[in-house]
Amino acid sequence: MLRTEALFADIAASFLMVLAGFIAAAVVGIPVGLAMGTFYSMDGLLGGFFRTVRYAPINAFVPLIIIWAGLGESPKIIIIFLGIVFYNATMISDAVKFIPDETLNVAYTLGATRRDLLFRVILPATLPNIIDALKLNVAGAWNFLIISELIAAQKGLGFKIIYSQRFLQTDKVLFCILVILAIGLATDLFFKLIFRLCLPWAESKTS
Amino acid sequence: MTTFPTTLGQPNRVTSAAKLEIRHITKIFRKGKQANVAVDDVSVQLVSNEFSCIVGPSGCGKSTLLNIAAGLVKATSGEVLVDGEVVPGPGADRGMVFQNYTLFPWLSVAKNVAFGLDLKGMPQSEQRSKVEYYLNIVGLSDCAKAYPKELSGGMKQRVAIARALANDPEVLLMDEPFGALDSQTKEQLQEFFHELWRKSQITVFMITHDVEEAIFLSQRVHVMDKSGKLRETVEISLPAHRDLEMKLTPEFLDYKRHIIHALR
Repeated sequence: MLRTEALFADIAASFLMVLAGFIAAAVVGIPVGLAMGTFYSMDGLLGGFFRTVRYAPINAFVPLIIIWAGLGESPKIIIIFLGIVFYNATMISDAVKFIPDETLNVAYTLGATRRDLLFRVILPATLPNIIDALKLNVAGAWNFLIISELIAAQKGLGFKIIYSQRFLQTDKVLFCILVILAIGLATDLFFKLIFRLCLPWAESKTS
Repeated sequence: MTTFPTTLGQPNRVTSAAKLEIRHITKIFRKGKQANVAVDDVSVQLVSNEFSCIVGPSGCGKSTLLNIAAGLVKATSGEVLVDGEVVPGPGADRGMVFQNYTLFPWLSVAKNVAFGLDLKGMPQSEQRSKVEYYLNIVGLSDCAKAYPKELSGGMKQRVAIARALANDPEVLLMDEPFGALDSQTKEQLQEFFHELWRKSQITVFMITHDVEEAIFLSQRVHVMDKSGKLRETVEISLPAHRDLEMKLTPEFLDYKRHIIHALR
């Protein structure tokens, strides 16, 4: 099926969507999460909103987002972004809050300013949690992509699944799901490798 | 004040101005309508190169007092002075060693020791020689490249001491620095730290609930009670050079008895 159905094109299309949404959610989620964890004002401003919006059924927004953003690639990226950015931010903000007070205080007594604290203590201290959060949420990114592709797409793995379904080709449906699983497994291994190479001092809290 | 003999009668100690002065510090924690006085009008002075301890039962506010001295907690009233000048917040002039290992786990031992130096913008070569010097003092030159997770509790605490000293603080504040260690490691570190203090010119203000530790290390022991007041100051006139054997001498035990009674 890989060759006959030109599945590689679908895999590539889906992969690029996930990558784009994932990167957007990381670029926004990491700094917002760090800020929410570090500054009470930011937590007051955004914390409640971010924690509540996680409960919003993004799936229900799919038709709306397609109406607003059109049919192309952008609605899919928006759906993936919205689906995981709030999780990224809240998980990272919680990680900041779990840094022991003593770690922050000792930095102050060594002459650190608030800026030093953010970049030399809070950021490196939460880096393992950031990578763990990204690793967990990339699975969510795949789910949201497939949801958006099931509803409106001309290519991609989700589109392939719904297309095969229409002709009762259950074998093809299952094969596409297996492909997604394989990509997920590879992604997990990739994050584990990054973790081990970049953070030799830390232990991952997730498996 | 007590009738105990004093070492502070030495002229150079009386004439020198206070290195660290805690002036009428009061700290009240408010929770709803309840007000809880943690520290009640405490004043302490440390002259240069003095080693003073505060002992007190847990919950007596001694940790709060030390955190106020460090500038990490704001006092309700009163002020903290270093070399005669009021210090408004935390700063590198008051180094601190905490009970729990506060090494930065993402930095190697050498980088941990260099943390404060790097903040000051000290050139790399100068940092390196300073780190080498202080790691040598605490006997951990071989561990420079190790990460904190590879060290034992006692080693971590020695690195924390090296890190605080490398920063050249005016005063070293210690919050039960040996409290989390097993008793043997604890005694080794007490002896080590006593030697270190004797050889250097540092001024140390330490809190502990271990009366023996306080007597062994200090020139003066301040006794704090549950109400957050300073009840008594005991001058310790044991010989300048002290070893662990001394903990068994009658003089030492007299001090211990006296302070334990004062704590009741």
